[in-house]
Amino acid sequence: MPVQSPISSVNDFVVRFANVNGSGSASANELFARSILRHGVPVSPRNIFPSNIQGLPTWYEVRVTEEGHLGARGGVDMMVAMNPQTWDKDVASIEPGGYLFYDSTKPMPSSKFRADITVIGVPLTAITNSTYTDPRQRQLFKNIIYLGALCALLDMDPKLVEQLIAEQYKGKEKLLSSNVHALHLGRDWALQNLKCPIGLRVKKSDKVGDRIFIEGNSAAALGAVYGGATVCAWYPITPSSSVAEAFTSHCKKYRHDPATGKAKYAIVQGEDELASIGIVIGAAWNGARAFTATSGPGVSLMTEFIGLSYFAEIPAVIMNIQRAGPSTGMPTRTQQCDIIACAYASHGDTKHILLFPEDPAEAFEFAAQSFDLAERLQTMIFVMLDLDIGMNHRLCRPLKWDDARQYDRGKVMTAEMLDDGRDFGRYLDVDGDGIPYRTYPGTHPTKGSFFTRGTSRDRYARYSEEGAVYADNMQRLVRKFETAQDMVPRPLQANAAKPTKYGVIYFGSTSPAMDEAIGLLEARGHQLDRLRIRAFPFHSSVASFIADHDFVYVVEQNRDAQLRSLIVNENGIDPVRLIPILHYDGTPITARFIAGAIGDHQDHLKVTPLRKAVS
Amino acid sequence: MTYIAKPKFSHPGLPRNELGFTHRDYEGKISTLCAGCGHDSITASIIEACFELSIEPHRVAKISGIGCSSKTPDYFLGNSHGFNSVHGRMPSVLTGANLANRDLIYLGVSGDGDSASIGFGQFAHSIRRGVNMTYIVENNGVYGLTKGQFSATADRGSKSKKGVTNTDNAIDLVAIALQLGATFVARSFSGDKSQLVPLIAAAIEHKGAAFIDVISPCIAFNNHSGSTKSFDYVREHNDAVNRLDVITGRDPITVDYAPGTVQVVEQHDGTRLALRKIDADYDVHDRLAAMTFLQKHAAKGQIVTGLLHIDPEANDLHDRLDTVATPLNRLDEAALCPGSAALDKINASLR
Repeated sequence: MPVQSPISSVNDFVVRFANVNGSGSASANELFARSILRHGVPVSPRNIFPSNIQGLPTWYEVRVTEEGHLGARGGVDMMVAMNPQTWDKDVASIEPGGYLFYDSTKPMPSSKFRADITVIGVPLTAITNSTYTDPRQRQLFKNIIYLGALCALLDMDPKLVEQLIAEQYKGKEKLLSSNVHALHLGRDWALQNLKCPIGLRVKKSDKVGDRIFIEGNSAAALGAVYGGATVCAWYPITPSSSVAEAFTSHCKKYRHDPATGKAKYAIVQGEDELASIGIVIGAAWNGARAFTATSGPGVSLMTEFIGLSYFAEIPAVIMNIQRAGPSTGMPTRTQQCDIIACAYASHGDTKHILLFPEDPAEAFEFAAQSFDLAERLQTMIFVMLDLDIGMNHRLCRPLKWDDARQYDRGKVMTAEMLDDGRDFGRYLDVDGDGIPYRTYPGTHPTKGSFFTRGTSRDRYARYSEEGAVYADNMQRLVRKFETAQDMVPRPLQANAAKPTKYGVIYFGSTSPAMDEAIGLLEARGHQLDRLRIRAFPFHSSVASFIADHDFVYVVEQNRDAQLRSLIVNENGIDPVRLIPILHYDGTPITARFIAGAIGDHQDHLKVTPLRKAVS
Repeated sequence: MTYIAKPKFSHPGLPRNELGFTHRDYEGKISTLCAGCGHDSITASIIEACFELSIEPHRVAKISGIGCSSKTPDYFLGNSHGFNSVHGRMPSVLTGANLANRDLIYLGVSGDGDSASIGFGQFAHSIRRGVNMTYIVENNGVYGLTKGQFSATADRGSKSKKGVTNTDNAIDLVAIALQLGATFVARSFSGDKSQLVPLIAAAIEHKGAAFIDVISPCIAFNNHSGSTKSFDYVREHNDAVNRLDVITGRDPITVDYAPGTVQVVEQHDGTRLALRKIDADYDVHDRLAAMTFLQKHAAKGQIVTGLLHIDPEANDLHDRLDTVATPLNRLDEAALCPGSAALDKINASLR
């Protein structure tokens, strides 16, 4: 075997931390990621964690990427192996020429290492134990000590890390100084005992700009605050719980009346998902903006109510932070696997509006917009995040809000309008857009009341089992869905540098990996036009994009090509023209995967002319 | 569900309440339930209670689940918004509606299938949250709309119309409501309007979770010998602990009673109830004693009715969440949106 030279790379590598969950490593690891950002170098971190609180393996991966590739890359250049349970797999996963960082307090047999990697041992436990006596302190500061050592090895500026620690422990001087002390313990030991820096280095740059670093769930919750949601009912489920928790903390900060201290919101932790969506629908029926956050199993439980929202036309918002299904599936792994379940949720003929944000910034925008859409269209809106967007910090453009923006409360008939003699039929299509007027309960003493029900009724909300009356209503709902097409976020198209017969459709969290894959594919000589779908129902540009290309790849993170099925079904597309590119092992999709799968396919499509092949 | 509207004309001499409304103003569409159904008597009692309280009909939101009982909101308060929601889910829909607008009166109508079986959880949780509502269960012990299957409130050993004996234990919703901390708990009988009307009125006045279990015989499927929810059986076993005679609002009580027979209950908001005691030892304030009393009498086959428990100092979900006085559905952008300046600060904190 030829001698493998150590990987040498500045601002472009992947560090993975292997930890035991519950050991307090998360905050130190996040500090590492943030420190690199402070160098002006983009990072893309990801939590890979089990459905467990203490004792099981957990990983934190930081992709350092001067080029700003925020998708997962695959492969590990440096492993910080802090978990003996996963040692063998962790060591095996390091790229040839990569680095292994470990706690060398206890000697390890040479069989536990690899010849083609650089092994860096730091006696973390020994350093920690000689400095601290309290067991909890030992555990926490050990994490900061390895951060200090990495600082030296990767040539990071310790001042920037210190500054972050200072911000984190502002006003808690004791914690601040002890953390800084631990950082230097690790850094000094490395500088004195190891060859620093190694081949992987962080160099100051200016590629971060004004971007912010936020988790999608927190951004979506902030979007709900800005979008005017006042009622939130939820039931804890990974990976969505942090949406409701973030909404709670944002509301505590921004939604208390300054004079009375009282809350301009109501948050209820329901007894289950059925109650949560019931509360949302009750509140929205009564004119409040309301939402719930859940994941696949929760959506399954909510489907009866989702049908009611569709048929009785009650605005509601569900933020679905998707995880790998079916059933309990892989609760802490990511997928885009609820597309069909949400698009057609509930019994009977139903169709629902889905929004697909690509990152936290769009999660904020779509969450805020979902309330306007719900009230304008008087129906259920799904904001479809996934674990990859929801539970990881992502670098994204700053959140923006136009102070002139007003909430679109939709078609609501007021007491004045009723007194003016306006004809009120709850299910009467007065404007030809399929959207009727509604009244809030308690509007007028004698006019505008109606009975809301999940049974069929006529245009004036009177119970009816007449076939023609039922069909008339169902047709209006189709018209309303057509109206929605032009209201939801449009697809975004980006064309290849040269004209091409091939296109690719993708959505949601696949976005950064897709952007990067385009570059890899171009390098292989493949040109592709791109269309990022941002909502269902599909805008007409989806069909025309497909018509403009011989073949279109549809990249998604599920087994059954759900978005492709939806496109085929809704647009009557010949399935042969849509080639599925599917990633569904629960890890975030990577550019390498996309470029590999599409590239291989493209190579097959390149038919060598017969004459040329023979000659 | 009915589609038959009632004729609008009425006798000019009909009595009018403080607001000038007659009974007719509190009526809804014509009932399509079976002739003689106990539920129609409850509907009449609701109409009477709302009339007596001089409630503006449109300020009531009436919410139900699915079943015979859940159809009834269409038959009263025709100028109120109604919501016939999902089977067993009235409590959650009502909770949400209440959160959106604390200024309306919330009337939840449910049945024993709706509340003791499919919606048992929602019943329980809405009670423990202290939602300000009047929660009426029209309890007949059977599934009427699906033709006579036992419900979870059917007593063990009671017989169905087809002669099948129920072998499962019964759920007593009143006992559960007491255990869960409902601050107003009553039981009544659809055939005893004089007892039921003041109980409904008092429940509407009560701030907090008010629960009334109304035994309401099903004329079609559960009014035979061997049933413990038949008119005859309930009349024979009805054991009233008290009668609520007058709802006094904030006016002083003027009715004369023999000393010691009337207990005046003053609620937190100043409303007062005059309670005529039948069982001298029964104390409506003592929740634990009420639970024991119920159990003892149930063991003897007696159906205890009346106002069983009231906590005059009750608070509700809005108090617990400390929400603003303005209904949430009336708050606008200015009240709800933190604006771009706050967002700039948030952005700065995320770098």
